[in-house]
Amino acid sequence: MTAILELQNVSRAFGGIKAVNDVSFKLEKGEIVALIGPNGAGKTTLVNAITGVHTPTAGKVLFEGGDVTKQKPFQAARRGLARTFQIVQPFPKMTVLENVAASALFGGHPESLAEAHEHAARELDFVGLGHVAQSPAASLTLPNRKRLELAKSLAMSPKVLLLDEVNAGLNATEIDGALDLIRRIAARGVSILIIEHLMKVVLSLSSRVLVLHHGELIAEGPPQEMVHDRKVIEAYLGPKFAERFQKEMAGA
Amino acid sequence: MAKKSPWPLIAMALWLAALALTPVLLGNYEVRIAISIAMFTALALSWNIIGGFTGYPSFSTAAFYGIGCYVGALAQRSGVPAALAWLAAAAFVGGVSFVLGAIVLRLKGHYFAIGSIALVDISRLVVSSWGEVTGGGNGLNVPLLQGRPPEVSALVLYVMLGIVAAAFLANVITDRSRLGFGLRCIEQNEDAADMVGIDTTRYKIAAYVLSAVFPGAVGAVYASWVGYIDPTDSFDIVMTVQVPVMAMLGGAGTLLGPVVGAVAFTLLEEVFWANFLEWNRAIMGAIVVALIFFLPGGILKLDWRAILYRRPRRNAAERKAG
Repeated sequence: MTAILELQNVSRAFGGIKAVNDVSFKLEKGEIVALIGPNGAGKTTLVNAITGVHTPTAGKVLFEGGDVTKQKPFQAARRGLARTFQIVQPFPKMTVLENVAASALFGGHPESLAEAHEHAARELDFVGLGHVAQSPAASLTLPNRKRLELAKSLAMSPKVLLLDEVNAGLNATEIDGALDLIRRIAARGVSILIIEHLMKVVLSLSSRVLVLHHGELIAEGPPQEMVHDRKVIEAYLGPKFAERFQKEMAGA
Repeated sequence: MAKKSPWPLIAMALWLAALALTPVLLGNYEVRIAISIAMFTALALSWNIIGGFTGYPSFSTAAFYGIGCYVGALAQRSGVPAALAWLAAAAFVGGVSFVLGAIVLRLKGHYFAIGSIALVDISRLVVSSWGEVTGGGNGLNVPLLQGRPPEVSALVLYVMLGIVAAAFLANVITDRSRLGFGLRCIEQNEDAADMVGIDTTRYKIAAYVLSAVFPGAVGAVYASWVGYIDPTDSFDIVMTVQVPVMAMLGGAGTLLGPVVGAVAFTLLEEVFWANFLEWNRAIMGAIVVALIFFLPGGILKLDWRAILYRRPRRNAAERKAG
């Protein structure tokens, strides 16, 4: 089985700083993979490098086997490589429905504007925003804006979805709702790369975890193992605490 | 999307017809004002596509207009009939804006605004230094249109009104098409527009070219009308500021806003020129400032109902309190 998304030694430098350094991984079809790492590890830069916001300075991005390293963001979207933003990016003065219709019209492949609207309405119902379809996007609450971001990406009928902290700023109940939604998206056959800080989300959703630190991939494996990985704990908490933690674990 | 109302189209058709009647019903002075109104309406409508729909504060109107003046004049001097020269000017300016747009549209916000102003000055400098072709600072004489003065004015007015109609149709089509939807997305959030699959560069260039061809034609027609052009007059920095102010005065990004704004501004300016010869620029400045503070959405975005019914409501509130 071929990977739907593959990174080969991807680097992205800003001047002398290597925000992403020599990262390689594969995302299989239908998989949910989590990307974790401390603040400033380069997670968002990696997503930007994949979607063409920042073209990688070295390495290759392969999508469905084809080289898409030099693509522009709009080309990524049309190909079926959609993303959400950590800081939500709606079109504030348009209605919620129009926001999603824009995605369907430009990123999807509809026959007409009317069809784009129908598609948009279906995605809004799917994420649970059908009742606010005619409100301006600026009037939505944060959890609903996150859902709008999801609906916008889904309207493009993506094959791969890159979720950049869709759960940040949500409370416990809202996160449960979001988890359920992400599971239902995966059930549609969309492969998902999810950037997350919340271990609850990582542990319950992903089959595999990638750990990024200082722009480099330092560990990769099943979520339960990663939580106890020495290098991962060091990256988050420093070597001193990692040592103490392991002693305590051994003692317990 | 909601069904678009036909009223802007009807209102515009009536207004064009009213302007077209001025040569029949009124005198030379009124015809001259009608021509000014038509000219600025065409310019403001053109600006609306890049400045209103797309939200890119372009100040290159005078560059397009000035290049149009010169291309039209030069074509006519080399024997091209007037009508063809006007079309040639529009086409040439469209080509220029395509090339320049590919460069300056990489800039955003204030940077784009400054870059687009620079285009006006650069064009002016090129035209004034390239003496052999453009006559430099001496200006150029343009072959006059044949006919008695009133007939010429009427002809110029009808041609200008034709350009206005074309520019208005360009606005309507843009507003109701995929292009307009994409441009509105860019206006509200360019990064997000890119991310939903809009080829933002292509859309912006299309908007820039659409905003350039009509000013090019207006410039060429103007040159034929006045019979003489020079660099300072053709590449007028004041015009480049006036046109966006007109569009915003009426309501940028709406269909009728630029039309209303151009009429209001031209008439106000006429009144101030006539009555306060020394103070008119200062008064214009005050209007611009007032516009930004009190009317950021333009005349058409005002809540007219609230203004008209404010008094009764306040009275009702007082009665309740009392």
